[in-house]
Amino acid sequence: MGKSMKRYFAIFVLPTLIAFLIAFVIPFVMGIYLSFCDFTTVTNSEFVGLSNYIKAFTSKEFLNALWFTVKFAVVAIFTINVCGFLLALMLTQKIKGTNLFRTVFFMPNLIGGIVLGYIWQSMINGVLAEMGVTMLMDPKYGYWGLIILMNWQLIGYIMIIYIAGLQNVSTDVLEAAKIDGASRLQTLCKVTIPMVMPSITICLFLTIANSFKMFDQNLALTGGGPSNKTTMLALDIYNTFYERVGFEGVGQAKAVIFFIIVAGIAMTQLVLTRKKEVEN
Amino acid sequence: MKKRVLSTVLCVAAAAAMLTGCGGSKQDSSVGKVYYLNFKPEVTDVWEEIAKVYTEETGVEVKVVTAAGGNYESTLKSEIAKTDAPTLFQINGPIGYQSWKDYCLDLKDSEFYGALTDKSLAITGEDGGVYGVPYAIEGYGIICNNAIMDQYFAMDGAVASSMDEITNFETLKAVVEDMQSKKDALGIKGVFASTSLLPGEEWRWQTHTANLPVYQEYQDKAVSDLDELEFTYSDEFKNIFDLYINNSTTDPKMLGSKGVNDSMAEFALGQAAMVQNGNWAWGQIAGVSGNVVKAEDISFLPIYMDLPDEENQGICMGTENYFCINKQTTEENQKASLDFVYWLINSETGKEYMTGKLGNIAPFSTFDEDERPADPLAAELFRYMESGKNTIPWVFTTFPSQTFKDNFGSALLEYAQGTMTWDDVKGVVVEQWKTEKAAAK
Repeated sequence: MGKSMKRYFAIFVLPTLIAFLIAFVIPFVMGIYLSFCDFTTVTNSEFVGLSNYIKAFTSKEFLNALWFTVKFAVVAIFTINVCGFLLALMLTQKIKGTNLFRTVFFMPNLIGGIVLGYIWQSMINGVLAEMGVTMLMDPKYGYWGLIILMNWQLIGYIMIIYIAGLQNVSTDVLEAAKIDGASRLQTLCKVTIPMVMPSITICLFLTIANSFKMFDQNLALTGGGPSNKTTMLALDIYNTFYERVGFEGVGQAKAVIFFIIVAGIAMTQLVLTRKKEVEN
Repeated sequence: MKKRVLSTVLCVAAAAAMLTGCGGSKQDSSVGKVYYLNFKPEVTDVWEEIAKVYTEETGVEVKVVTAAGGNYESTLKSEIAKTDAPTLFQINGPIGYQSWKDYCLDLKDSEFYGALTDKSLAITGEDGGVYGVPYAIEGYGIICNNAIMDQYFAMDGAVASSMDEITNFETLKAVVEDMQSKKDALGIKGVFASTSLLPGEEWRWQTHTANLPVYQEYQDKAVSDLDELEFTYSDEFKNIFDLYINNSTTDPKMLGSKGVNDSMAEFALGQAAMVQNGNWAWGQIAGVSGNVVKAEDISFLPIYMDLPDEENQGICMGTENYFCINKQTTEENQKASLDFVYWLINSETGKEYMTGKLGNIAPFSTFDEDERPADPLAAELFRYMESGKNTIPWVFTTFPSQTFKDNFGSALLEYAQGTMTWDDVKGVVVEQWKTEKAAAK
């Protein structure tokens, strides 16, 4: 059995490998090459060396967008995970209607980002209208708007992963803790959380990646306004690539830098939280 | 347990990878065919109908794809890199030509260019070739609802007695401010419809209104483009912009939530007496449910802002729609595309679609006087063209980039809501113009 599996390994892996090559590896390599080029369309390019990277790093908008994204990500990752975990704890207790609540909390995640962005734009503007202003009055409105929107969308999803984790914590261990006289808080910190560490790894990874890569919600909610003060990295890259003449290469360079940053942070996090995981 | 979570995530990832299919089909290339990438989503159905009719008449395959609103450049960028690339596409002027010059065929010897009435309208390259031919002329100004205006003129103490008296900024300002103070008696919410400043909805100001001061600066310096703009007429721009935001249906602080549709709806519902927009807006006004504006009550007013020689100022007329033929497609396709566009302006059916369903004012000698679009705003354009007033050309096609316009628009929003001074707005315009122009070089 083992042997024949090994023999057919190549055939089984082929379809996925081809898809992976076409949809990921080739565009990725091309993308890196294009970040060193001057081009309008991807099939027609001219090599220019590092000048795109120099332009990217000296562009004020890019650094502003980077800083805004970091500020956003730190708060969003914290609130989403804390709220998602608390909801998961609540909905694994013995209360009536947990399934209904789980469904309801998960639902926002099924709506697309652009739609969500426009819905929240109307709602937030509706509330701010009471004060006689709009969301574009001050970047802080847009900032908190984005945080609320992101929380609303992702909490349900993160919650489901935590619920799966919590349900897998063996009752034996919990009972043992109870018999040993551990308080609820002690049980949570010393038993439950270490046991759900794999879920935490994944949830942190997902929230970090999603917060940094956020695009459509940003585009729909504020469009980066006022005056690009709420533009996040992905939107800045998009604007550079499509809205300026002769800047496609710079946009591409920014995208490569963006990839390195996101991959770097996400990988570091994976390594760090993996170390804390324990086996059941 | 760790495995279970991981495998769930992996399954989802694998499923997503499977769904990312790849398409594309080879076709016989010995017969030319047309692939038009349409710019205007609002006329998608018409273009698809034209394609069908043309194929029935000539047997040539015509494919029409429409880019989503505001996404033309990005769609074109990805479509044109494909094997089955658009053979007919459009650019928005000299700036568009800068980015697409490798793909524009020289149309100098084509019948299509030959029929163009005013050859200066076409986009020419440095080598003297013709690379873009306009297919529709458009114009914009301040659209007025004469029913409300007449009601005001009939009032006691009105500062003017008819539309003909409004021929400069001074009178316009006096009339508007007086009307605003009597808005309750006139039954309107404000004289001007909302100055839409939602991001992506500011084009009527940072592009259209800005066209006038920039044109005047070009005139003064006797140039047709500048690397560095001084924005010498920024105070004049401020004149009209202040008038718009301070005498409208909406509090200036709330303008960041208004889009173009909001302001056209306000005008159509009779809540405002004036709105700045172009002849393309008639369909939009007429299409609002509960529309109270009658076709015979519509008129255009030039955008007065106290520029020199204002009494003779007319409407801003020009085009942002140039047809280009893809240079990098096969010769058969190029010929098919040229035949197609010539059919549009030269055959009975084609012409009917151009003026009728597309509502285009076509600048070609193949169109007779009576072959004009029937809507009231187009009629107003012809009235101004024939009145001998100075038509202002569209120089905003030389504005450096979308980023320039976006940043200018955001600055206007910040000025309107009081978070930026006018000097800063002027600074943004001058600085952004310079950087973006330098970038495009």
